[in-house]
Amino acid sequence: MLRLDNVTKVYKVGAFGGGSLTAVGGVSFDVRQGEVVSLIGESGSGKSTLGRMILGLTPATSGSITLDGVPVKPGKAYYRDVQGVFQDPFSTFNPVFKADRVFRMIKEAYFPGVPEAEWTGRVRSSLEDVRLNPDQILGKFPHQLSGGQLQRLLIARALLLDIKLLVADEITSMLDASTRIDVLNLLAELKARGLGVLYITHDLSLGTYLAERTVVLRSGAVVEMGLTEKVFSRPLHPYTRQLLAAVPRLREPWQDAEPVESCPYHDSGATGGLLEEEKDHFVACARLPECAGRP
Amino acid sequence: MTAPPQDVPARETAAPPSIRREALYFAVRNTKLVIGAAIVLAFLALGLAGPLLTAAEPNAYVGLPMQPPSGEYWFGTTTFGQDVFAQFVYGLRTTFLVGVLGGGVAAVVGMLVGFVAGYRGGLVDEILNMLTNIVLVLPALAVLLIINAYLGIRSVGAQALFIGLTSWPWAARAIRAQTFSLRTRDFVDLARLSGANTWKIITREIAPNMSSYLFMTFILLFGGSILIASSLDFIGLGPTEGVSLGLMLQNASQWSAMQLGLWWWFIPPGAGITAVVGALYVANVGLDEVFNPKLRET
Amino acid sequence: MSLRVSDLRVHYQTLKGEVKALDGVSFEVGDGEILGLAGESGCGKTTLGKSLIRMDGRMRHIGGEVELDGEVMPIGDDRPGMKQRMVMVISTLLDPSLLIADEVTSALDVSTQKAVARALAGFRDNGVVKSMIFITHDISLTYQIADTIMIMYAGKVAERAPAKVIVEAPRHPYTKLLIDSLPEVGVRHADRKLAGIPGGPPSLLDPPTGCRFRDRCPLAYDRCAEEPPAVEIEPNHVVACWKA
Repeated sequence: MLRLDNVTKVYKVGAFGGGSLTAVGGVSFDVRQGEVVSLIGESGSGKSTLGRMILGLTPATSGSITLDGVPVKPGKAYYRDVQGVFQDPFSTFNPVFKADRVFRMIKEAYFPGVPEAEWTGRVRSSLEDVRLNPDQILGKFPHQLSGGQLQRLLIARALLLDIKLLVADEITSMLDASTRIDVLNLLAELKARGLGVLYITHDLSLGTYLAERTVVLRSGAVVEMGLTEKVFSRPLHPYTRQLLAAVPRLREPWQDAEPVESCPYHDSGATGGLLEEEKDHFVACARLPECAGRP
Repeated sequence: MTAPPQDVPARETAAPPSIRREALYFAVRNTKLVIGAAIVLAFLALGLAGPLLTAAEPNAYVGLPMQPPSGEYWFGTTTFGQDVFAQFVYGLRTTFLVGVLGGGVAAVVGMLVGFVAGYRGGLVDEILNMLTNIVLVLPALAVLLIINAYLGIRSVGAQALFIGLTSWPWAARAIRAQTFSLRTRDFVDLARLSGANTWKIITREIAPNMSSYLFMTFILLFGGSILIASSLDFIGLGPTEGVSLGLMLQNASQWSAMQLGLWWWFIPPGAGITAVVGALYVANVGLDEVFNPKLRET
Repeated sequence: MSLRVSDLRVHYQTLKGEVKALDGVSFEVGDGEILGLAGESGCGKTTLGKSLIRMDGRMRHIGGEVELDGEVMPIGDDRPGMKQRMVMVISTLLDPSLLIADEVTSALDVSTQKAVARALAGFRDNGVVKSMIFITHDISLTYQIADTIMIMYAGKVAERAPAKVIVEAPRHPYTKLLIDSLPEVGVRHADRKLAGIPGGPPSLLDPPTGCRFRDRCPLAYDRCAEEPPAVEIEPNHVVACWKA
C-alpha cells in the first residue's frame, strides 16, 4: 500500500543556504493494509520528518513515496486516503474555535452535498466509534476537553474520510498513562478495520504493544527493521540493543548494554543497505557476519 | 522527544469559555481603552451630528470677519467671515474619512503582503520583503511633491489612497513576523490535511488567531493616516476642495491668525487632531493590555 | 529524618476560583532516601515540588507544615534561606540537603534519560545530596531509581510504599489500575489487551467529599463517601483506601 523508496530529505542550512543537513537519508520500507508499523527513533532520528513527508506536508528531496503505486501528491484527493494525528492535541486545534470545527472543515471540503442531518449522524457515530460521548464533545472549546479526548476526536475526524492510512506521530506522548492505553487500543481497532497505521514513537514499549512490524531509525537511516517480535527478541544492531536496555521497565532494573561505540562498524560509513539476516528481519550493518556486537 | 504532561491545573486556569467574552470583560474594565474610545467616539459623533447643529456651509461667508466665539458663531469666524464651528465639524468628517480610507488601504495592503510573505516563505517572501523595504525607505513627501506636481491631488479619496499606499510597510513586517510563527503550528497542518488551500488557511486559521493584533494595527494606521493627512494639508499638499482640520490650520497660518490673535481659528483644529490621534494611541495601549494577559492590571 | 511534611495544603488562585491543588499531604523523606513522586497531570505533584522550594505568585499556603532536618520551614512567598538548602538546579557547592528533581528527564531520549537518572541516583550515593524527591509521570522510570514511591491522585496521597511493593503488590485500586495500564516491552496487544482507567480526575475547584477516586473505582462502595484515612498497613506502606 504505502511504499517508501530511498526517501531522502536534505535541509539547506546556514547563510544563503550554503550548508546542508541530511535529516533523512535513503529510507525504504512499506506499510501494508491492516497492519501497524511502528517507526521508532530518538530526537533527531528523522522520524517526524518522515511522517511529514508521507503526509505531503514537506516535500522529499529525492526518492519516492507511493500509495498503491501512485506518487504522493498533497491535495484533496490524497488526504481522502491518508490522514495524520500529531503529538500535541492542544496545538492541533485552533484555540479560537470550537473543537468540532475540524468536522465542519471535512464536510466543507469533501461532503458539501451531504444534508446537515445526515452529516450530524455521521459525526456522532464516528465519535462513538472512538468511544466518545458526542453530547460531551460537540460544542466544546479545545481547552474544555482533555488531551485523550482531543486525540480521539482527531481519529474520529480521520475516520469520516474512510482513509486507508493513518500517520500517528507521537500521539500518546502527551497523554496520561491511564488514558494513553485507550488511544493505543483504538489504533489496534483501526487495524482490524483494514487500515494501515504508521505509528511514530520514541517509546519502544508502546511501539511493540501495537505493531506487526518495527522500523528502528537512527540519524535519518534505518538501522534495523522486521517483524516486531523478531526485532525485540533478537535485536541485531547494537543501537537497537542499547535502546532496549535504556527503556525503563517495571519489575526489571536497568541492565547495562554495550554502548553503540563498541561495534567496530557502527560508524564505518558503510551504506551497504539492509541485510536480511533472517526471514523478515533486516539489519543495517555492512559487516554483520564478523560484527563484534553479534549475539 | 516527549513533553512532560503538565501538572499545573492547566484546565482550570485556561481562558474562560469564550475568548471574545473574556476580552470584552477586560475591555470594559480598562480605563485607558474606555477613555480613549470615548474621546474618539465623541469626536466622531460631533463630526456626524455637527452639520445638523449649524446651518452654515463651511466655506460660505456667513458673518462679520474675525468675530470671537459667541452664541451665534460658537467658534467665532475667520478673517473672511466663515463659521469656524461649521468648518470644524465638516473637517472632522474629512479627518475620519481619511483615517478610515487611508488606514483601511494600508491595512489591506499590509495584511496581504504580510500574510502571503509570512505563509509562503522562500522566494515569494524575499520578493515581497524587498518591495516592503523599498516602500519603507521611499521619501513619501518627495514622492508626493512629484505626484502633486504632475497629477495633482485634488480629492480626499486620492489623498487617502496615497497615504494608504505609502504607510503599509511596517504593518506588513509585523504581520509577516506573526504569520511566520503561526504557520508552523499543528492546526495549520491539520487544515492542509483537510484540503484547505493557502487562501483559506490564511483567512480562516491564521488571521482569526491574530484578530486582536490586526485590529490594533488598523487603529495605529488609522491614527497615522490622520496625522499624515493633516501634515500634508498644512504644507499645502492637501485636497483643494472641501475642508479638513489640516486645511483649517493651513488657512489660519496663511492668513496670520496667530499674529492677529484669532486663537479660535487655529486652536479647535489643532486640539481636534491632537485629541483624536492621542486618544487612538491611548486606546491602543489599553487594547494591548486587554489582549495581552501579561500586561493586565489587576 | 531529612524532610517531614505534615498535612500540607496549598491552593491555586485562578479566575474561576481556588484550585485545591494540594489538600492535606503528609510524608517523610529519610536521610539518603530517594522518594519517587508519581501521578498523572493535575494530581498536585508539581505543586508539591514547588511549594517545598518557592511558591509562585498564584499559590497560597493554607495549612500544614514542612520540617527540614528538624527545623520548621516557614512557607511563604520568598525564603532565601530555603533556597540554599533546596535547589532545583544541582549545585554541589550549595551542598543541598534535599534535591527536588521535577520531570527533569521527560524531554530526553531514553538513552540520555537513563544516564541522567543514574547520575541523580549517583549524587545520593556519593553524598552530594542527602536525599531527593524525584517527580515524574513515568512510574517505570521512577521504579529504576527511587527507594520509595508515592502515588498522588487529585491533590492527595493515594499510596506510599517501597518501590518494589508499589510495582509488585500495590494495595490502592488506583495504583493497581495505573500499573496495569502501562505497556511494557514485549507486551503485545494481540496477546494481552491492556485497559485504561475510564473517566477522569475530579475538578479540584470543588473536589467531591469522600474518596476522590470513587467515581472511577471498580471497588467503590458506600463507605467511600467518607474520606479514607491514610493508614500504615505494614511498615513503610501507607494506603488511603477503605478496601486496602
